[in-house]
Amino acid sequence: MTVDTLETPVTQALVWSKVRQRALITVAVPLAILTYLVYTWFAFGVPDLLSRAQPERALILATDSVAYKVHVTKDFRRNEFEVAIEGERTATYDNAKVPEWVQLNGENGVVDLGDGYRVEIDGRTALFTIPGYGVVEGTATAKGVETVLPEGPAPDWIKVDPRKLDVRPTLDRRLQITKTKIEVHNYFGGWENFWFPFRSPLYGMSFSQLYALALSSDRMDPDTSNLWFIVDEFLENPDWQHGKVFTALFETIMMAVLGTLTAAFFGLPLAFLAARNFTPSKLLRFGTRRIFDFLRGIDMLIWSLIFIRAFGLGPLTGALAIAFTDTGSLGKLFSEALENIDNKQVEGVRATGANQIQRYRYGVIPQILPVFVSQVLYYLESNTRSATVIGALGAGGIGLLLVETMKTSRDWENTSYIIILTIVVVILMDQTSGWLRRKLIEGK
Amino acid sequence: MAVAALEQEILSMRKRRQLYSLIGLLLVVAVLVSGYSKSNAMNSGGFIQGLSKFFDYPGEIVVEAFDAGPAFFSLILQFVPAMLETLNIAAVATLLGGAMAVVLAMASTRNVDSWGPLIPVVRRIMDITRAFPELIIALFLIFVLGSSPVPAMIAVAFHTAGALGKLFSEVNDNIDRKPIEGLSACGASWLQRIRFAVLPQVAPNYLSYFLLRLEINVRASAILGFVGAGGIGQELRRTIGWGKGAGDETAAIFVLLFITIMAIDQLSSYLRGKLVGTGRAH
Repeated sequence: MTVDTLETPVTQALVWSKVRQRALITVAVPLAILTYLVYTWFAFGVPDLLSRAQPERALILATDSVAYKVHVTKDFRRNEFEVAIEGERTATYDNAKVPEWVQLNGENGVVDLGDGYRVEIDGRTALFTIPGYGVVEGTATAKGVETVLPEGPAPDWIKVDPRKLDVRPTLDRRLQITKTKIEVHNYFGGWENFWFPFRSPLYGMSFSQLYALALSSDRMDPDTSNLWFIVDEFLENPDWQHGKVFTALFETIMMAVLGTLTAAFFGLPLAFLAARNFTPSKLLRFGTRRIFDFLRGIDMLIWSLIFIRAFGLGPLTGALAIAFTDTGSLGKLFSEALENIDNKQVEGVRATGANQIQRYRYGVIPQILPVFVSQVLYYLESNTRSATVIGALGAGGIGLLLVETMKTSRDWENTSYIIILTIVVVILMDQTSGWLRRKLIEGK
Repeated sequence: MAVAALEQEILSMRKRRQLYSLIGLLLVVAVLVSGYSKSNAMNSGGFIQGLSKFFDYPGEIVVEAFDAGPAFFSLILQFVPAMLETLNIAAVATLLGGAMAVVLAMASTRNVDSWGPLIPVVRRIMDITRAFPELIIALFLIFVLGSSPVPAMIAVAFHTAGALGKLFSEVNDNIDRKPIEGLSACGASWLQRIRFAVLPQVAPNYLSYFLLRLEINVRASAILGFVGAGGIGQELRRTIGWGKGAGDETAAIFVLLFITIMAIDQLSSYLRGKLVGTGRAH
C-alpha cells in the first residue's frame, strides 16, 4: 500500500464517526439477518408445520428400516392360521413347519412373543398376557370386537374401538383384532429375505454352504452353472430387486460421467472462442460468452424437463441435461483460465518456429491442464449428486427409484437400502475423484 | 557417453509419457462412445427419434406463450411469490449453512490453532455432510414434516455447511499468522484471536464464497421444489402435469427462473469482483 504524504489529519471527529459507523454495522447486520430469519420463520409457516409434523412417521421408518415382522393371522373366513413374513403371500410358512415360537393346533394357537408376553388364540377369542399389566381379552363377534381389560384405566398403547382392538405394549409386539381376523405381529431385527427370496431353494443357506454349492458339480438348475444360479437368484430377489437397484445406480453414475465428459469435451474448444487473447473478434467472443450464460442460466431443472419430453426416461436424458448446463459452466471457467495464462511460454514456443497448433499444444495446453483436470473432477463429484436429483424429476436412475419406493411407503427397509447404496456410491465417487486429482495434479 | 545415456533416458521417458496420455485419451473416448451407445439403448426413447422431437416441446410452449399475448407478462408476475419462496429457501439455507460452516472451519484448521484432536473428526464430518445428496434429506423430511419449504431448506443447509466449511478451512490455511501470534503474545483467548486476528483477514473471501454458494443454492432449491418442497419448482410441477394448455404458464415460469438465475449470477459475480479484487467470477 502506498502512503500518501498529504494525508488528511486525523481528528477526533473523524475517529468518532468511523467508530460510530462500525458500531452501526456491527449492530445493524446481525439485526437485519435476525429480522429476515424471523420473517422466513413465518413465511415458511414453521409454527403450523411443527403442529402438523408427524414424528411417529420417522419412528416407523426407523423401526421398519432395521427390523421386519412376522404376521400370525387367524382368518375367520377361511378359518385357518397363516404365518407369513411381512404378511406376504410369497413368504408364507407351511403350517406344518412354522417357527418354534408359534404353536398351532387346529382351531387354537399359542404365540410366544418372548419375555413373558404371549397370545393365546382360541376360536374367535385372543388372550394377550402382558407382564406387569394383566390379560387383555378380545373376542371377534359378528358385529365387531368385544374387549375385556384388567381393572383400572387403560394405558395409551391399547386402542379400544367397537370395530377394532389394537394392543401394542412394546414397539416390537402387537395384537390386532377385527371382526374378520386376529393378527399378531412379532418383530425381529435385520433385513428379511435380503439375500434370497423365501421360496428360493437357497433360502437360509450360510455363506460356506453357498460356497460349497458354487463349487459342487451337481447343478441346481440343469441349464446354468451353480454360481450363475446363485447370482441370478440374488439379483432376481422380488422383495429387494437387487438387479433393478444396481441397474439404476449404474444409470445414475453413467449420467454423471457422460454428462461431465461431454461438457468438458465441448467446453474446451468453445472456451478458446470466448477468451480475449485467443479470439480477436469481439463479436465472436461476445456471442460465445452469451451462449455459455444461456446454457447455465436455463439451469439443469429446465434442461432435464425438456430432455425428458424429447428422449423419455433413461441415462441419456440425464447425461444430456448435465452436459448442456455444464458446457456453459466449464466453458466459462476454462475461458477465464485461458485469459490468465502466461504468454511467455507461448512466445518461447513460437520462437522455435512452431506453427499455431503446436503453439497451442506445447505453449497453452500444459498451462491450463491442471485447472482443466481439477475442475472436471470437481464437476464430476457434484454431478453425481445432481444426477440423483435429475433422476427424481423423471429421468430415471436411482433418484426415481427412491421416489417411487418412498411413495409406496410400505417397505421402508427397501428405502433405507437404496439410501445407503446411494450415499456409498456418492462418497466413493468423491473419493475416487479426490484421489485422481491428487494423482494427476500433485503427482503424489 | 553420459550425455548420450541421459538423452536416451529422457527420450524413453517422453515416449512413456506420450503413451500414457494416449491411453488416457483413448480411455475417455471409449467411455464416451460406449456410454452413449449403452445409454441410448437403455433410454425409453432413442436419440434419433428424440432429436426430431427436441424442439417440439419448447416450440409448443413458446407458441402458447405467444398466443397469450400481453397477458403473458401478468402470468410472469403471478409466479413471483413462488419464486420469492424459492429465493427465501436458498437464502436461509445459505445463512444457516454458512454459519455452521464458519464454526466447522474454525474447528478444523491447524493454522488458526484449532484443538488438535478435533481436526480430523470435524474434517470427516464435513466430508459426510458434503457427500450426502440433498434429495435424500429433502425426501425424508418431506415424509416426516409434510410438503413445505422447510425440508428443502434443511437439506440445502446441511450440504452447504460441509461444502462451505471445506472452502473456508482452505481460506484459513492461507492466512498470515503474525496477527494471531501478536494477539496471543498479549494474552488473548482463542475466541479473541479468531475474532480480531482471523476474521478480518478471511471475511472478504468468506463473503465471496458465500455469494457463490447462494447462486448454487437458488438452483438447488428450485429443483428440490419439483420433488415437493414448495416454491417455483412445485408450481412448475403443477403446470407441467397439466400437459397441453398450460404451456403459457410453464413458459412464464421458465422465463422467470431464467431471469432470476441470470440476475443473481451477475449480481454475485459483480459483488465478488469487488470483494476479492478481481473483476471476474469463478
